[in-house]
Amino acid sequence: MDFTYSIWILLLPLISFLVIGLPEFVNKKYSWSHKTAGLIGTCSLGLVTVLSYYTAFQYFTADRLADGTFATFVPYNVTWLPLGHLHFDLGVLLDPISVMMLIVISTVSLMVHIYSFGYMHGEKGFQRYYAFLSLFTMSMLGLVLATNIFQMYMFWELVGVSSYLLIGFYYTLHAAVHASKKAFIVTRFADMFFLIGILIFGYYTGSYNFSFTGTEIAYGAGASAFTVADSARALAAGGMILPTALVLMFIGGAGKSAMFPLHIWLPDAMEGPTPVSALIHAATMVVAGVFQIARLFPVWIEYAPQALEVVVIVGAFTAFYAAAVACAQSDIKRVLAFSTISQIAFMMVALGVCLPGHHGAALDNHAQLGYMASMFHLFTHAMFKACLFLGAGCIIHAVHSNEMSAMGGLRKYMPITHITFLISCLAIAGIPFFSGFSSKDEIITACFEYSPLCGWWMTGVAAMTAFYMFRLYYGIFWGTENKELHAHHTPHEAPVTMTFPLVFLSIVTVGVGVVTTLGGFCDWSWASFGSIVSAAGTAYTVHFDPQVAATSTVIAILSIALATYIYKGEKQPIADKLYATFPRLHRWAYKRFYMDEVYQFVTHKILFRYVSRPVQWIDEKIINGLIDFTAWGANEAGETIRPWQSGDVRQYAVWFITGTVALTLLLLCL
Amino acid sequence: MLLGLWIARNVNQVRGVMVAGSSCLLAMSIWLTLHFISERAGGNTEEMILHASTAWFPALHINYEVGVDGISVVMLLLSSIIVFTGTFASWKLKPLTKEFFMWFTLLSTGVYGFFISIDLFTMFMFYEVALIPMYLLIGFWGSGRKEYAAMKLTLMLMGGSALIILGLVGIYFFNGASTMSILEIAHNNHIPAAVQNVLFPFVFIGFGVLGALFPFHTWSPIGHGCAPTSVSMLHAGVLMKLGGYGCFRIAMFLLPQAANDLAWIFLILTTISVVYGAFSACVQTDLKFINAYSSVSHCGLVLFALLMMTKVSCTGAILQMLSHGLMTALFFALIGMIYGRTHTRDIRELGGLMKIMPFLSVGYVIAGLANLGLPGFSGFIAEMTIFNGSFENADTFHRCCTVIAITSIVVTAVYILRTVGFILFEKVKNPHFEELTDATWDERFAVCCLIFCVAGLGSFPIWASHVISDAVVPILSVIPTL
Repeated sequence: MDFTYSIWILLLPLISFLVIGLPEFVNKKYSWSHKTAGLIGTCSLGLVTVLSYYTAFQYFTADRLADGTFATFVPYNVTWLPLGHLHFDLGVLLDPISVMMLIVISTVSLMVHIYSFGYMHGEKGFQRYYAFLSLFTMSMLGLVLATNIFQMYMFWELVGVSSYLLIGFYYTLHAAVHASKKAFIVTRFADMFFLIGILIFGYYTGSYNFSFTGTEIAYGAGASAFTVADSARALAAGGMILPTALVLMFIGGAGKSAMFPLHIWLPDAMEGPTPVSALIHAATMVVAGVFQIARLFPVWIEYAPQALEVVVIVGAFTAFYAAAVACAQSDIKRVLAFSTISQIAFMMVALGVCLPGHHGAALDNHAQLGYMASMFHLFTHAMFKACLFLGAGCIIHAVHSNEMSAMGGLRKYMPITHITFLISCLAIAGIPFFSGFSSKDEIITACFEYSPLCGWWMTGVAAMTAFYMFRLYYGIFWGTENKELHAHHTPHEAPVTMTFPLVFLSIVTVGVGVVTTLGGFCDWSWASFGSIVSAAGTAYTVHFDPQVAATSTVIAILSIALATYIYKGEKQPIADKLYATFPRLHRWAYKRFYMDEVYQFVTHKILFRYVSRPVQWIDEKIINGLIDFTAWGANEAGETIRPWQSGDVRQYAVWFITGTVALTLLLLCL
Repeated sequence: MLLGLWIARNVNQVRGVMVAGSSCLLAMSIWLTLHFISERAGGNTEEMILHASTAWFPALHINYEVGVDGISVVMLLLSSIIVFTGTFASWKLKPLTKEFFMWFTLLSTGVYGFFISIDLFTMFMFYEVALIPMYLLIGFWGSGRKEYAAMKLTLMLMGGSALIILGLVGIYFFNGASTMSILEIAHNNHIPAAVQNVLFPFVFIGFGVLGALFPFHTWSPIGHGCAPTSVSMLHAGVLMKLGGYGCFRIAMFLLPQAANDLAWIFLILTTISVVYGAFSACVQTDLKFINAYSSVSHCGLVLFALLMMTKVSCTGAILQMLSHGLMTALFFALIGMIYGRTHTRDIRELGGLMKIMPFLSVGYVIAGLANLGLPGFSGFIAEMTIFNGSFENADTFHRCCTVIAITSIVVTAVYILRTVGFILFEKVKNPHFEELTDATWDERFAVCCLIFCVAGLGSFPIWASHVISDAVVPILSVIPTL
């Protein structure tokens, strides 16, 4: 099958970045008008989306291979930088997960491009904004299409930079500048581990390719003897090398995906424009860490299954932590940000619980379930979370504030936003017939397979999710209207460029939800996500565990009921009473358990004060001092010697004679 | 011979001539590079291409012997680019323009001569030719504590060259006092190991001073801080590379046994350089000082990679020289332009420049991102090559050094973003700045050229990597472990 056109999926956004960005940079005189720049970006993205859908259609309708998996295509692969016997390639790799990611990224990105027409209307730097969006889309697509880890790392850094640029879009605001810096440095810190992990991996396996199997070692044999010896050693020892490398890479992924304790950048990243938060910090970039583990999953399963427990623990803790914090935030974007962290943690846990050891076989059905559920949740979450963020954007646009106190009662003014927001809330809460139900339920089933503790823990977190999402929903659309604010300015529904993406995304959410829910209960193999993506590659039919499904649905409905009871009314006596009873708990959660302060302490107090400053002091005082001292010494020596050349003949004569006598005596004695 | 023409060309007096001359040089370097690649492709496997030799001072076997290999070719290309853009960057230099450019040209002559000569003495002579004008250029056209800076820089570098000449004479005599040609000495090297161990530190430290080896780097911040723009560009961009080049070409090539025995000491020093420079840069407040310390860190990485002594890491070292040269030149050019407008380089006083001079600010952001190793720019490929190469040394000591050096990528991000945040973003701090203008055409041209080169090298690294790695092999092949 011919996929050579797929290279254009990468090139088009790059071209549009250059076309929009270059005139802007070289001279402002030549820059495009707002409309043209936006159209260039959106059209190229539209083409990318068409190409992605076409690729997906071609790919998934093709015949499976004999063993039931989809063939993997590498339409492009060129050596970009040779590194001894290793080499750094750039190319395009098509396999089920990368094609699935193509769909997610291009869809959400296109929606955000369209949405931004309305949202960014009239903003200064509109062209710059679209240029960065194109850059980001290109990097993200490059990341998922990467043929090897190094290419992945390269685009990984590029998405980091695009995210930096977009968070700091409003560069005159202190908070935005600070947040962008924080995001970049925290993720960069994590990337350092990723890089070390990559280096270890490459060194011991003799290749940067993802599928590290017998063929790779054969490749090493052709290249150099020492690679073979080392990879043989790494394998024979079965030792700590590959698990170490994988865990290091996971740290990199945890940084990007905002896992505890590297999550601190994501809430602050909300300082960027809201569509950017929807695209980068909810739907695509932040799931890069999940994608990375999924990509390397064969290696994890084969060589480091125990290390997956690290992923489970980190994920489970983060899910709980973020949900707890989300319950107490008042800025709607922060609530959504913490909810994103929590949902990504769900995906992480789902990947981590794929332990093959429990049932003996290498990859039995249960082990597959987690992987499939994780990818599916990634897909559904991208859609409904993007919808939530874009909805939040409409709301912020209408009331000019991020705070929940400025909202309330908006359902009358913004009906479309209200309905789409509600649909997404129901999806994230896990109500049947909405997409979040199918994916989250599978994750929880997989967790129960792993251990009951894990299963109940995640069910608890799911209940918290439903609670805080409906707290948010009622806070925005019901509750007390802020009359004072509305006096000057009545909120109104957003323009059609902004509502269209909302409607589209919520239709996807409902559509996928209905099909997969029915499919799951009736065992329709075609309606199952597992028929597209699964750990072993073979088709895999999802079958709901009725017990788990019933439990989680009941718990979700109970939480929603609780939230309704507390937050729906105009007055909220119970909520106020709760604050009054547990002021400290609320305060801690509101302050995110003081994690930021801890970091602030470490970086400013320790690194700056106790490392950088002393280094500087040593440099200035000791090293520079020593050198200056040498110069001073030379100077002084000169000054001391100078009087000796006094020009006084008698003095010279005295020295001359003394010397002669001394020499003569010396010679005589010898 | 064409190479002779480069050296003789010493008559530039006004801008026009300077532009003509430097474009001519640039064209020639490009031609040379293409010629070199085609020769290599054509199966010419000689170590040095365009080899020529004339007896100069026969009694001491001094020849004017020149030739180029892959390393010198890329270094020449780098120097030409920087001289070319440096000319544009100092377009408006006021007092004594003619004299300034004369010294500037003499300086670049020394640099070119150094990179092409393969005779110990000729090389040393050109080295001195490159150093002396620096004193005048900084002392006269500089700013701030310029006399102190010029004196310090010259004295420290002269101290370094005293060590070098000792080492060179030692090499000459202990190898039988029969030839000064680097190639001949290398191929028939019978300097005893004990002697090598004595001479190696002399030569390595001597060149290391110029390569900002810890703890001999202190000339660099103050020297760069006080030098005029184009001199900073040329100095950080090219002159500091002389150090790395000399360490590789002379210390390691001619004293291979000692290089193998003593590398560990210097490896520790360079690892310190890398991290130390980066941490120092975090607390500086003068733009040029930040950059100078960042240069200490990056040049430390060059020496670090050379001492790792694998083919990949040495290729990475040369790539890093190339990339650091272009990036710092870009940085210093931009700093010069900003300083020329605001008359301050203190980051606490600057702020909000993005609004006032968008072109320069975007240029600065690009330079910063290139400096912290963003893919697509040259810094990324150089660093990745170095780290990959270093990782081939599997023992614990080398691994530790490598991991410590890798931490510098985070610290680099910290100081770059700190600076960018301070000077470009947020509110305009000084109301007078509102009236300042953005870059003029000559400045735009210089900046665009450099960005184009940095991005070009970063996007299509394969040719440079090939040219360099072929040239690295003969040097490494004489070092015993390999």
